[in-house]
Amino acid sequence: MAVEIERRPIMVERTEVRRYGASARVNHWITAATFTLLALSGLALFHPSLFFLTDLFGGGSNTRAFHPWLGVVLIASFAILFVRFWSHNLWNRDDTQWVSQIGDVVKGEEERLPELGKYNAGQKMVFWGTALLIVVLFATGLVIWDEYFHGLVSIGTNRLAALVHSLAAIAAILLIIVHVYAGIWVKGSIRGMTEGRVTGGWAWRHHRKWLRQEAKGDGHD
Amino acid sequence: MASYQSLDIKRRSASTSTPPAVRSTGLEVAKLIDVSKCIGCKACQSACLEWNNLREEVGVNTGVYDNPHDLTANSWTLMRFSEWDNPDTGDFEWLIRKDGCMHCADPGCLKACPSPGAIVQYTNGIVDFVSENCIGCAYCVKGCPFNIPRISQVDRKAYKCTLCSDRVAVGQGPACAKACPTAAIMFGTKDDMKEQADRRITDLKSRGFANAGLYDPAGVGGTHVMYVLHHLDKPEIYAGLPKDPQISPLVSAWKGTGKILALGALAFAAVGAFFHHTVVGPNRVSETDEENAADLAEEGARSGPTPETRTL
Repeated sequence: MAVEIERRPIMVERTEVRRYGASARVNHWITAATFTLLALSGLALFHPSLFFLTDLFGGGSNTRAFHPWLGVVLIASFAILFVRFWSHNLWNRDDTQWVSQIGDVVKGEEERLPELGKYNAGQKMVFWGTALLIVVLFATGLVIWDEYFHGLVSIGTNRLAALVHSLAAIAAILLIIVHVYAGIWVKGSIRGMTEGRVTGGWAWRHHRKWLRQEAKGDGHD
Repeated sequence: MASYQSLDIKRRSASTSTPPAVRSTGLEVAKLIDVSKCIGCKACQSACLEWNNLREEVGVNTGVYDNPHDLTANSWTLMRFSEWDNPDTGDFEWLIRKDGCMHCADPGCLKACPSPGAIVQYTNGIVDFVSENCIGCAYCVKGCPFNIPRISQVDRKAYKCTLCSDRVAVGQGPACAKACPTAAIMFGTKDDMKEQADRRITDLKSRGFANAGLYDPAGVGGTHVMYVLHHLDKPEIYAGLPKDPQISPLVSAWKGTGKILALGALAFAAVGAFFHHTVVGPNRVSETDEENAADLAEEGARSGPTPETRTL
């Protein structure tokens, strides 16, 4: 049928749930902006075809100089984010169940999944994966930061650090692609981080256990 | 060095296109350093500083002749003095090796460099750093199997021996070769230098150095700076000259085909996400979800503290 007719009632009862406070949102977006700049400047020096990205930073030398400082901002900002969110990201039995039903997840058939707390297993994996990779990136980045840490380790260790830094960066960008796409796909998620509130329906559909806690009034961020 | 020389470029760092090769003659040059003829006078070091208009800082003596103690952004060549007791003859041997860029046929620095045209290899075999394109990342330091490039603390650019590419471009030999009083440093075509080396090796062998030979390591495709060594079987005794230098597999993995696979993975993820959305469609909240949430909120409001709810 070419035309689908849908009738909507005019008055709908709406609920909203507070998901992120202002400081969490600011913290998140500083981390996100820093990560984006790091990815662009890092990729510029990773593959010749992407060297043109150095123009965004005022040329090759500036890109080389800015990138590690952005890394310092990222790890500081992420450390605060980590302290804020880690306790909500502990793994539980529902998460294992969620992973085993990954087919239903990608099809968006959430009614088949267990009720979830504030985060689902995918979000938790992004959280812990990003945390681990940022630590690896910072440690390896520090020893290849020639301007200040030249000679800190041998050239052989430096080579290994450069390789691990690249691999960790690619893995981190992959995780962030998943993170960003999930936000785009699951409608109503982005406003949680831009405005701080999600609709009750969103919470009911994706994080029902969390909604139940919030409704009982014992929730906190 | 600058990129405005009358030398043709064979390879260019961080570039996916191949430079034109129409004018290439295939004539390769080489510097031959005959360690057995070196007297350690450091005239080569002085000539290098003078020709390239460089000044080395005044250092301190730590009890060895090496001066300065290592290659620097100003000292592109350095006499390294090694004292060695030959266990076979019982003789004390003073081994003096002029260290500097080897101008590899397969240059690790060029392979590692992320900046297009910051490192070039001319058709004559010289590997040159083009300073205006250098971004000071020190990847060349990681790429080099001989630990040669140095980053200047003044302008954060990488420096090393140019093999006097500016002199060679106008038909002159390198400054160090010109200054060497014993002709321990020679310069010519690579073929001529190999012939010259053969004659010297024959002479050394006739004088009891059975393992004398030419250091032109195949692991880096051969070099355009070669050594005649009295003990080719033990290059390490010459201040740690590597026996089988090659580009580290870590560098190859980092700057080789791996980077294309990595970008492929990123592209796959992004395109995959786009098509997931195209196929599955957006994951939207239904009116029923909203109603259920509202019911839950009302229940909560009756039974305990009020959650933040509002009716639109």
